[in-house]
Amino acid sequence: MTDAAFPRRQPIALRFPSVMIFLAILALFTVGVTILSEGFGIGVISTSFVKTLGKTLCLCLVALAMDLVWGYCGILSLGHMAFFGLGGYAIGMWLMYARTEIIVLESLAAAPLPPTPQEVSDGIASQIFGVVGAAEFPPIWAFAHSLPLQLAAVVLVPGLLALVFGWLAFRSRVTGVYLSILTQAMTLALSLHLFQNDSGLRGNNGLSGLQNLPGQSDISQDIVSLWFFWASAVALGLGYLLCAWVVSGKFGSVIRAIRDDEARVRFLGYPVEAFKLAVFTLTAVIAGIAGALYYPQAGIINPAEVAPIASIYLAVWVAIGGRGRLYGAVIGAAFVSLLSTWFTGGQAPDIGLGFYTINWVDWWTVLLGLSFVCVTLFAPKGIGGLVDLLVDRHSLDRHGADLGPDQGALREQEAEK
Amino acid sequence: MSTLLEVSGVSVSFDGFKAINNLSFQIADAELRAVIGPNGAGKTTFMDIVTGKTKPDEGRIVYGDRGDSLLGMSESRIAQIGVGRKFQRPTVFEDQSVFANLMMALRKSRSPFSVLFFKPSQEDDDKVAELAGEIGLSAALHRKSGELSHGQKQWLEIGMLLAQEPRLLLVDEPAAGMTPAEREHTTDILREAAKTRAVVVVEHDMEFVRRLNCKVTVLHEGSVLAEGSLDHVTNNEQVIEVYLGR
Ligand SMILES: Nc1ncnc2c1ncn2[C@@H]1O[C@H](COP(=O)(O)OP(=O)(O)OP(=O)(O)O)[C@@H](O)[C@H]1O
Ligand SMILES: [Mg+2]
Repeated sequence: MTDAAFPRRQPIALRFPSVMIFLAILALFTVGVTILSEGFGIGVISTSFVKTLGKTLCLCLVALAMDLVWGYCGILSLGHMAFFGLGGYAIGMWLMYARTEIIVLESLAAAPLPPTPQEVSDGIASQIFGVVGAAEFPPIWAFAHSLPLQLAAVVLVPGLLALVFGWLAFRSRVTGVYLSILTQAMTLALSLHLFQNDSGLRGNNGLSGLQNLPGQSDISQDIVSLWFFWASAVALGLGYLLCAWVVSGKFGSVIRAIRDDEARVRFLGYPVEAFKLAVFTLTAVIAGIAGALYYPQAGIINPAEVAPIASIYLAVWVAIGGRGRLYGAVIGAAFVSLLSTWFTGGQAPDIGLGFYTINWVDWWTVLLGLSFVCVTLFAPKGIGGLVDLLVDRHSLDRHGADLGPDQGALREQEAEK
Repeated sequence: MSTLLEVSGVSVSFDGFKAINNLSFQIADAELRAVIGPNGAGKTTFMDIVTGKTKPDEGRIVYGDRGDSLLGMSESRIAQIGVGRKFQRPTVFEDQSVFANLMMALRKSRSPFSVLFFKPSQEDDDKVAELAGEIGLSAALHRKSGELSHGQKQWLEIGMLLAQEPRLLLVDEPAAGMTPAEREHTTDILREAAKTRAVVVVEHDMEFVRRLNCKVTVLHEGSVLAEGSLDHVTNNEQVIEVYLGR
């Protein structure tokens, strides 16, 4: 992706073979899973695994966003999973509202008098908020009845939060570690807020039953899971194209320059803060969309999902996959999250050492941490670096110097020729 | 000739140490000026102040026909209104090609939106190719700038500076790390540039300054010690004292 030349007048897919290859693999994968699925195929892959794969595609999409903001623009945001969660909550509100509405209408249909709108609304509210001891809709649910408005919220809520947060942070020139800490504080504050019962989003119960499409209860999950799987694949494909387009032109050139030496970019006359804000906000929106596709497949969202650690994992995936290259982010997210599902799902065989048994459910995080340290120390290009071996790309000798003075700058070992 | 930049009574101190002390400086449109001075005289700090990197404690800086104050403007704004700068250590974007470096510097709208939708026209390509020829990097156009030699990076940075088409060029030690032939070429480029714009060159090498053949300002301990032709300042008692020691 860090191609030497600038964009010529050619479609993006031709300019960057990696984009073509990626899209082809994604298409093959999607067709393959469909053929093997229970819903439309021969039933080798269980519906729950189709959901796992669909969720993985969403994680790949948010990893792309992370790579754009960190790998290309040098902003180590440790808060992008908050945007992901917000997208999930936004779509979850509609899913929960609409489905509960149907149930309430059915139960009220038996009554002698047709229910008033107020009765319907009260019925839905007490169904949804009974668990937190409330029976009225909080103001933030004002648009929950409308799918288009909640879809708009999927984009607008993370986008606006990122815009305001980014504006405050970048304007005061907060960079490096301090910015990372600030983004962690943001997700921590958000998750603490959501944990409260009066947050209006059911506290630690979160939103549940999201796998059921309102009004489509007669369609089996075998089918619904594939719909979401396809939607996730399309979103990932489009997201990849968008990111490739953004990083390929002069914009990509400028943000990589900001990553390596932002002071120098200012003296070229570029308003660095505006560029950072644009990238931060765009990636927050991508993260929100990814979240909105993820949680209907997960079925439930609760405040633990936006805990600070989630965003740290995201950075770890991108680092293991190889930052500063889009396919690296996808590989990292897919590889690590699938492996994590395997280990924490209890499928990995325990290792008996006689005096102690290594139980992977507990030890997986340790293994992940160790791999992260090893990748950072010994293979900074991550898994994506293997591609360089294939296509015989060698790095230039910078005599140990990083590409620029900034903290986000690529290290010498990370850079490709 | 009208005054392009006027710095008056500027002071700045770092932790109590006065790096610039009541400095006043003027340069006209289309003037070439050399600034010399011993290490630590404040030459780089002077450039930092004009380009908005360092905020002065006191003083005025007025620029352009309308006499805009540069104080309180952001670095990028100052660059946009025509102040270009070359750093003491060559700073180019090593991960990117010579072409990309020059294209980024080319005078175009700097807003994120127009940059996102920017497509180089044939004219832009030609411009970049022409600049690359001028700085002797035609053959290296598609090489990563990190692969260039120290001298070539200096060239590239000069090329980027010219691509910006600034009205005022601040050039910090352009000839460091260059061969004698390259130095000569640099003087030519700077003299050529100064025909249409103001150029301030900081340089230690007296031979280089002599070849620039222009008015010289001597800085010492953050203020102007002497100003005039090279012969005039080198015969100045105080200057001799500062350069040769007591
Ligand atoms: N950011 C800073 N903080 C503290 N001191 C500084 C800072 N920048 C410059 N100085 C000090 O101010 C003085 C002037 O520095 P400056 O870099 O402007 O000198 P110079 O004339 O460019 O020297 P040289 O010929 O070595 O490049 C030096 O003593 C330097 O140590
Ligand atoms: Mg200096």
